Amino acid sequence: MIEIIIGKYNYWIYITLMMIGFYAMIAKGNLIKKIIGMNIFQTAVILFYISTGKVWGGTAPILWDKAVIYDNPIPHVLMLTAIVVSVGTTAVAIAIVIRIYKEYGTMEEDAILEIERKQAEELRKGNTGQREI
Amino acid sequence: MKDDIIIRVISNLLIPFIQLYALYVLAHGDLGPGGGFQGGVIFASSIILYVLVYGIDEGRKRSHQKITDVLNSIGVMIYGGIGVVCLFFGGYYLQYGKLPLGDLKHASHLGIYGIEIGVEVTVAAVMVTIFFEMAGRKND
Amino acid sequence: MIDFILLFFLVICAIAAIRMKDLLSTVIILGAYSLIMAVVWTRMNAVDVAFTEASVGAGITTVLLIAALSRTQRGEENGQRSQVRVQGSLNAHSIISLIVVFVTGAVLVYGTLDMPDYGDPNAPSHHHVAPRYIKEPLEESGVINMVTALLANYRGYDTLGETTVIFTSGISVILLLRRKMQQ
Repeated sequence: MIEIIIGKYNYWIYITLMMIGFYAMIAKGNLIKKIIGMNIFQTAVILFYISTGKVWGGTAPILWDKAVIYDNPIPHVLMLTAIVVSVGTTAVAIAIVIRIYKEYGTMEEDAILEIERKQAEELRKGNTGQREI
Repeated sequence: MKDDIIIRVISNLLIPFIQLYALYVLAHGDLGPGGGFQGGVIFASSIILYVLVYGIDEGRKRSHQKITDVLNSIGVMIYGGIGVVCLFFGGYYLQYGKLPLGDLKHASHLGIYGIEIGVEVTVAAVMVTIFFEMAGRKND
Repeated sequence: MIDFILLFFLVICAIAAIRMKDLLSTVIILGAYSLIMAVVWTRMNAVDVAFTEASVGAGITTVLLIAALSRTQRGEENGQRSQVRVQGSLNAHSIISLIVVFVTGAVLVYGTLDMPDYGDPNAPSHHHVAPRYIKEPLEESGVINMVTALLANYRGYDTLGETTVIFTSGISVILLLRRKMQQ
């Protein structure tokens, strides 16, 4: 039992970070907090993958005369692309939030749903008054 | 912020060195950490520093909208274009070994440099574009 | 020992970032989180990734979020306009979210019991293709940084896709936010 905890506690810390980001994405009402939660989730996943590439006693994956063993360079390559994609996604999400604020005047999820519901009700009442049988 | 003399003088001194550092990171991407993407982001941050100190209108005069719009796509075209040029010389798409620039080692090395230049141009232009679009006035 | 302290600070920064009411403080704490993450990756010998995260996370994302805050509002509203939910209190929505998060976390922890230990040199991911990727780039292209050689030569299609993704996000932001130019 103790060996399991000592060997794997770092994975559990990364999973804690992922779950903090996940909780921010689904439980907070402010749209910018959701974007920040997504960013925390993404960097925690990238941290998890990079930790699988480390080898005890290895050096950075740049060729060097005095090195005996190198780290695995493949997770670094894949996660570089992942960081770039996360920047692109964050930029587009922020642009959509700015447009939502211009339309509705608020950034809270509940208030936006209220305004939508009231608009749908008024549309329905207006239609019922004018319908001819 | 341009009335504050310390900020103005220091940023006037630093901005050329930041751009030079961005080109250094690009050029030494195969000898140490760095490469196209990191150099592009550092180059964009120098332009963002200029806009923060002098204002958006001054910044727009230095990086015209039409020029950054065109530079957005030139980087991707350089990347795809190198791949198509490799097709003309008998290799697969993006097989740099067949380019007529020397033996296999030198041709691959130069192909990698060309690709990194393409990535840097696109990344710098897109980061500057996104910043300018988002930094408008409040009642725009 | 220092790794443990850094990871502890990471968790503290993440929890603090999502609990603050003032959104400007949240964004600045997110910048500190990115910086500590870059230091953690440098300790794990992932220098390229740390360079990218320091320049992108602590640089561009912070600036873009502050630009977004300048166009919208700075404080989180306290539920004055909505009658459905009061922020920060324990109601049904928060409790169900907590339960979902705990269940997902428990399933993931159960999944890590089979994984190899941290830094194990006998892990299967180090023996399949990695020895070939460590030896060959120097002979084939004369490039010393293995990560750049892999990105541009062996995984060239992935980098082409990544450049296209950046280009597409630039076009999307232009489509969403640009007004007609005044004549």
